Amino acid sequence: MTASITASAVRPAVVRRRTAARRWLSRIPYAVLAIYAAVAVAGPLLVDYNPIQTDLANRLLKPGAHLSSGGTAWLGTDGLGRDIFAQLVYGARTSVLIGVSTVVVSAVVGTAIGVTAGYFRGWLDTVLSRGIDILLAFPAILLAIVIAGSFERSVVVVVGALSATAWISFARVTRGTALSVRERAWVDAARVLGVKRRFILIRHVLPFTAGPVVALATLEFALVVLAEAGLSFLGIGLPPSAVSWGQTIANGKQYLATAWWISGLPGLALSLLIVSIGILGDQLTARFGRGQLR
Amino acid sequence: MIRVVVKRLLVGVLVMWGAASLIFVIVRVAPGDPATLMLGPDAPPDQVRELTATLGLDRPMPLQYLSYLGDVVQLRFGDSYLFNRPAMAEVFERMPATAELMLASTTIAVIAGLALGLLAGGRPGGLLDRVVSGGTIALQSFPTFWTGIMLILIFALALRVLPSAGTGTPAHLVLPAITLALPFTATVARLTRTSVAETMHEQYIRTARSKGLTERQVLLGHALRNSLIPVVTIIGLHMGGLMGGAVVVENVFAWPGVGTLVVESVANRDYTVVQAATFLVAGIVMAFNLAADLVYSQLDPRIRMESAA
Repeated sequence: MTASITASAVRPAVVRRRTAARRWLSRIPYAVLAIYAAVAVAGPLLVDYNPIQTDLANRLLKPGAHLSSGGTAWLGTDGLGRDIFAQLVYGARTSVLIGVSTVVVSAVVGTAIGVTAGYFRGWLDTVLSRGIDILLAFPAILLAIVIAGSFERSVVVVVGALSATAWISFARVTRGTALSVRERAWVDAARVLGVKRRFILIRHVLPFTAGPVVALATLEFALVVLAEAGLSFLGIGLPPSAVSWGQTIANGKQYLATAWWISGLPGLALSLLIVSIGILGDQLTARFGRGQLR
Repeated sequence: MIRVVVKRLLVGVLVMWGAASLIFVIVRVAPGDPATLMLGPDAPPDQVRELTATLGLDRPMPLQYLSYLGDVVQLRFGDSYLFNRPAMAEVFERMPATAELMLASTTIAVIAGLALGLLAGGRPGGLLDRVVSGGTIALQSFPTFWTGIMLILIFALALRVLPSAGTGTPAHLVLPAITLALPFTATVARLTRTSVAETMHEQYIRTARSKGLTERQVLLGHALRNSLIPVVTIIGLHMGGLMGGAVVVENVFAWPGVGTLVVESVANRDYTVVQAATFLVAGIVMAFNLAADLVYSQLDPRIRMESAA
């Protein structure tokens, strides 16, 4: 840290300005994510939207057009006269909710399985590796389609269907960490002192998985949000009363020639979110990940 | 070598058994009785009972499982109630369209990805490198179903140069293939870039330059060669992702492949087709992973030596 400060002091002003600019640029993803989180949490309190209520007098309005009720549809309306901006706000909530739940479920399950298999090795480890081989033979989205499509439509089913494959990367990464940590001196020391295996796992091995798991969680969050939107786009998983970006994009497909904004804008919102998480995930992986992922 | 192949094949058989079992579990755990689904909710109870017996669904679970495994080995998944014919026959009929789409996408992704990766990796840190690196992050982030719709908007509706959906002419293939190829192109480009950038530090690149070869000769003749190995592997390993992408992209463009079939069957609860298609896809993905493993070890003598030892 000190080295980099002294180095930047002797650098010419142009370079310094450039690194300062880059530092600001690297913070943009945080700002974008904060906005999405704020919209997801507070948006529905400020914006009123009922997906079942239709307003045929105001259908297919352009962004910025005036509603017959006197308001303004800032991002236009869809084929049933429903406001696109409100759909973006409520869709953000759905995406964030499903994304966070799925990542939490799969991180907990994956870490528990991975750490246990990596620490104890033996037959447990073999079973895990073969189980992962089997799951990896299915494209993740296909497995999610089959699982989500087989059950009643609900948020819980979608979370379950997405977690069915999302836990794998957590298990792999934490298994690797546990494999290397179990050979370290303090684990040996604890073992010799007669510390129970459960406590060794929790106190001496588990903490070392935190960094990689956080880095992975951001990347998985992006994948999960994309997969959820994909499922909703295909009309599988979420009940029709839920608002989802994927669903709005699918609804807009038939009006593409006349109303591009119905499909276009939710896709932009989704892409911006995924790009931001991707950049953030890369930063986190560079900081915590790779070195310990072996 | 033969030993390695045999070992991998055995693991493959194990994976397929697991895949078949997983499909069995999902379908059995799912709510809804297949006989009622086939006959409709208004069917008389004795008819439902009769069909349940014909389908063998009244037998104990372990027996059902064993006879299911016996059928799977012969690729028999029962008749589709939607199409009134063996489910596997329906899946096989849709396979060529999916294969065509995937082949076209892979070709586009490999050529475009290699070119972009070479341009970016040839001069790490350069302007082109930064543009390509930034662009590939974006390409990997855009949801394919959305890029597909945007491409329809631009090329089919605004410019009117390509058809928006369906099949028949080569022109119909262009938009779906590009849509499916975009994220994969980014993957190949990033991989090639890293690999080329690393190779540029090698001694033999310096030798090539000092011989007076042009930069293009150095890149194509020396740097690219070594970068091909990871690319070949990633093609095999990405078959799963590509298959999953195809499921979504086919639905955007109404492409009559396995992907549209799966979504149709799931929506109509035509479980025999869902099982057949899922099993076949798993088999194909596994075969490609296996092939990637073997080709990889053949391409790189260093790994060949290691596995022989």
